[in-house]
Amino acid sequence: MDTSLFSQALSQEPLLQVQNMSRFYGERIGCRNVSFQLWPGEILGIVGESGSGKSTLLRCLAALDQPSEGEIQLADGGQWLDVPALPEPKRRALMRRAWGIVHQNPRDGLRMGVSAGGNIGERLMDAGERNYGEIRRVARDWLARVEIDPDRIDDLPRHFSGGMQQRLQIARVLVSEPRLVFMDEPTGGLDVSVQAKLLDLLRALVRDMGIAAVIVTHDLAVARLLTDRLMVMKDGVVIEQGLTDQVLDDPQHAYTQLLTSAVLV
Amino acid sequence: MDMIRVNGVSKSFTLHNQGAATLQVLEGIAFAAGAGECLILQGESGAGKSTLLRLLYGNYKCTRGEILVRHDEQWIDIATAQARTILEIRRFTLSYVSQFLRVIPRVSTIDIVSGPLLARGVGAEIAARRAGDMLSRLNIPPRLWGLAPATFSGGEQQRVNIARSFIAHTPIMLLDEPTASLDAANRDVVIELINEARKSGVCLVGIFHDEAVRQMVATARFDILTAKQPEAA
Ligand SMILES: Nc1ncnc2c1ncn2[C@@H]1O[C@H](COP(=O)(O)OP(=O)(O)OP(=O)(O)O)[C@@H](O)[C@H]1O
Ligand SMILES: [Mg+2]
Repeated sequence: MDTSLFSQALSQEPLLQVQNMSRFYGERIGCRNVSFQLWPGEILGIVGESGSGKSTLLRCLAALDQPSEGEIQLADGGQWLDVPALPEPKRRALMRRAWGIVHQNPRDGLRMGVSAGGNIGERLMDAGERNYGEIRRVARDWLARVEIDPDRIDDLPRHFSGGMQQRLQIARVLVSEPRLVFMDEPTGGLDVSVQAKLLDLLRALVRDMGIAAVIVTHDLAVARLLTDRLMVMKDGVVIEQGLTDQVLDDPQHAYTQLLTSAVLV
Repeated sequence: MDMIRVNGVSKSFTLHNQGAATLQVLEGIAFAAGAGECLILQGESGAGKSTLLRLLYGNYKCTRGEILVRHDEQWIDIATAQARTILEIRRFTLSYVSQFLRVIPRVSTIDIVSGPLLARGVGAEIAARRAGDMLSRLNIPPRLWGLAPATFSGGEQQRVNIARSFIAHTPIMLLDEPTASLDAANRDVVIELINEARKSGVCLVGIFHDEAVRQMVATARFDILTAKQPEAA
């Protein structure tokens, strides 16, 4: 029983560092004073009721919005990049290369007028792949991985069900093997049975690929299934954070106790 | 060789939404458990046995004291360790076995049971064969192996969970009534599995409500004295 045989050194450097990050909308607080670190392969959940600032935080992290104060730094090739300060073209290049965003509504993440294969292939071409045959082979392979019949490669996403569209969006994001993925309510608009399937799939993919992810959800069961660590937000502020099962099973803050007692998780 | 050292551990729960009542459950708990030992936690219902086990696993937050666990030749304090360190410890050193299977939707029984072997680099064929042997030992018939356990009976799920938990040992195993509600034949298999794990050097800390079972597995016992009365804040 030689544990050192299995043990792999924990990576020492975080992938993402956020310090005292705030986003104000005039007088209103989107989120305030958020600080955390995210390590490679780690999955962080952000929970809280609607309006608590989850999506604002995620949008700032994913560089879709600019923080009003504070720092967001991404480790890239041995140095720290100050994400909000990057010039637009550099930021776009980084977004294509290093991270992906899964939107709640697949229409926001897919090109609805482009075939399923084209949606996946586009990301590969962005990443520098030029061989048409290879692009089609990888696209078919990814359709199969997200459980869409590869023979539907030339169909338009609008002919897919909501669950299939969401799986296609996930394939489009993961095909370029990002190091970091942001997801906003990835199972939001789907019925429960479709949700369970998608969650299973997401969990397997993210774990197999060793991707770090930040997942916003209001659903504590989703958080328990997918995440390693949890941040609980209320009124724009992180009121509690820690190991996911500890936060859910032994919540310390009054609000978290209320949240976990409202549903069976 | 000690694997766990618990020093001055206290645990209280503050129920903010019930008038901030404070439940003082554990106070000044101290013990050690070593490799090749099976330490039984005992005390009356509500004394805090499960709470203590969950503290050891990092599932509950320790109010005071330290919970040292030997992980990869180092002592790590679960009470203060970072979330990612606790996850690493759980992956390699520390496992928790209850009577409940956390169902992984859609994964077949045989894959659930062989999973821990695959994670340790055992080849797929050998892993599947050993998983089958383990399931047979626990009287799960082959016709169920290809199915996901979501639709199994409570007792079948419980045995799948035990098969998965004992197929590859972690150096420390925490057991919360793993034999509860099993029939005598299956209970005896679990007792065998526990004793085999112990003889191979695993450190076990367990809760068993059945004194007959305790006598068959215990090498040491730790008494948790009766819980205090809840005090209003
Ligand atoms: N998450 C929690 N939040 C609040 N109180 C809790 C929590 N978990 C346990 N308790 C309380 O701690 C006390 C001890 O419970 P615990 O489950 O540890 O007892 P036990 O010794 O395992 O009992 P049993 O033999 O009945 O299983 C109980 O009063 C219980 O209500
Ligand atoms: Mg108990």
